[in-house]
Amino acid sequence: MAVKKFITGNFYDEEVLFPAVKKARRAGYKIHEVFTPFPIHGLDKAMGLRDTSLHTAGFIYAITGTATAVGFITWALSIDWQINFGGKPFFSLPAWIPIIFELTVLFAAVGMVLTFCYLCQMAPFVKKDHFNPRSTDDTFVMALEAGDKTNDAEVVAFLNNVGAKDVAVQYKETGWWLGRYDKDTKRFEKKD
Amino acid sequence: MSIREKFIIPKRYNTISIALMVIGIIAIAALYITHGASKDPHEQARFWASLLQNSVYFLLVVNAAMFFICATTLAWGGWTLVFRRVPEAISTVVPVIGVICFLILMAITFGDNHIIYHWADTEHVKHDPVLLHKSGFLNKGFFTVVTFLTIALWSFLGWKMRKLSRSLDEKPLATVEERKKYTWNNTVWSALFLVVFALTVMSSTPWLWLLSIDAHWFSTMYSWYTFASTFVAGVALIALFVVFLKNTGYLELTNDEHLHDIGKFMFAFSIFWTYLWFSQFMLIWYSNQPEETIYFVNRIGNSSHPGAYEGIFWLMVIINFLAPLLILMRRGAKRNYTTVTFMALLILFGHWLDFYQMVFPGPSPDHVPMILYDFGVALGFVGLIMFVTGRALSKAPLLAKNHPFLKESVIHHT
Repeated sequence: MAVKKFITGNFYDEEVLFPAVKKARRAGYKIHEVFTPFPIHGLDKAMGLRDTSLHTAGFIYAITGTATAVGFITWALSIDWQINFGGKPFFSLPAWIPIIFELTVLFAAVGMVLTFCYLCQMAPFVKKDHFNPRSTDDTFVMALEAGDKTNDAEVVAFLNNVGAKDVAVQYKETGWWLGRYDKDTKRFEKKD
Repeated sequence: MSIREKFIIPKRYNTISIALMVIGIIAIAALYITHGASKDPHEQARFWASLLQNSVYFLLVVNAAMFFICATTLAWGGWTLVFRRVPEAISTVVPVIGVICFLILMAITFGDNHIIYHWADTEHVKHDPVLLHKSGFLNKGFFTVVTFLTIALWSFLGWKMRKLSRSLDEKPLATVEERKKYTWNNTVWSALFLVVFALTVMSSTPWLWLLSIDAHWFSTMYSWYTFASTFVAGVALIALFVVFLKNTGYLELTNDEHLHDIGKFMFAFSIFWTYLWFSQFMLIWYSNQPEETIYFVNRIGNSSHPGAYEGIFWLMVIINFLAPLLILMRRGAKRNYTTVTFMALLILFGHWLDFYQMVFPGPSPDHVPMILYDFGVALGFVGLIMFVTGRALSKAPLLAKNHPFLKESVIHHT
């Protein structure tokens, strides 16, 4: 995966963060991400993020669960091994609906959790590297994408101007990766 | 943004509501001539069944508006505040339809025709061990007292809640102490309403008014199922009025976010209704006891007896479960005025059908007697709801502007 350059600023207050996000978009900077320790209402809209497709995925998983349950129970109880339960027909849908429902929920829930982990590039035992560890505690970190032609000084000045603290130029690996990179600092040093 | 304080009833709205009421009266008169005045007791019962179904359904639907207010108040939910006057206005219909419903219930109970409420036939009950056993609960005196108390308490507590809400319009709450006191007051009165509501709509009212049509039969799910039915229809009615007022240029502070949450209520409680409806069905289907399955024999039939109401029964499940589930599932659908309006109308109709198949298999087990007059009676009640709600909306300001939670509602987003 590619190592990219980012310019990050740390915000101590939502009231400062929101105007800063708007100004950054208006100035034409590309916001890579804003890291916050808790969900902030309206930030997705301020950043101009599109609605997540996670629920569409959830719907597909749910339908898969329904189909699996209906298919398997029908095959097992009506075709492969017919058992007479209290004189009920071999194909007795009402009795299966609770199980169909459970499997629908199970598939949707597990599928959505795994998809969410994939989209956020998280997995068990994977340690993520942070732009600023305080974004997991009490401050909000905005990371602006930068390229080779970016005038770092100008972006740093912009971030300082909109109220960011601890403004820094950082190199981070982007995208999906496995491994334990939280202690690895050498990897992200600027290469000439 | 300028706020239009009061709703001015458009001329067309007035004309339509009065026209609908006239249609209702004509339909009732026509139904009386064709059925009610007949010498055949079954025909008479069919007339009363139509009145019973429509009055009880629409009474419970408008009462659900006050339940909506009280439940959100008790949960300290502030998001409803910007359109709170809409459910409040809908709840003013409760005393009006309450009186009509009470008269109809009394006529059925004390009339000579015992086809709908055969527990009211005192001679018959003496030889019927099941009804004799239930006669401590199912008797005319108890029925009358409880029905009267139920409607009176709904009306009184609804009036009290509306009064509390309107008391703020003239005098704003100045200090934090006053606001705390007001919130506490509001919480106590909504809690009282909810207790009454739990003892009536969620238990005794459906037992007495609807379940007693099939007096031999019993189901513990029945009241919850009726409640879910009327609550989802009540939320649909609120949605219709909110969309109407938005389209006429009122409710400036209500936006997609609020509509989205109303849509969520419609979606969620449609599924809740299905859960109760199915739970009632499956337990009876599974245990297969003749005294319990009798209820479903007329409705969906069994191997030896075709159910006359099968078509209505399954149509109702499609309208009340599959359509809301699939159509209202998307976020965009709940924010789209057209979709919400369409679904609200569909849900109101679907639960009307639900009540139809609750009431009519009693007096008419072998065939579905549905004719256009039934829809006429329903339209009459719709006109009455429109008329009274419109009056109430035009009397009070549309925004509860001094309520302590108002800001929470204005900045609400999902």
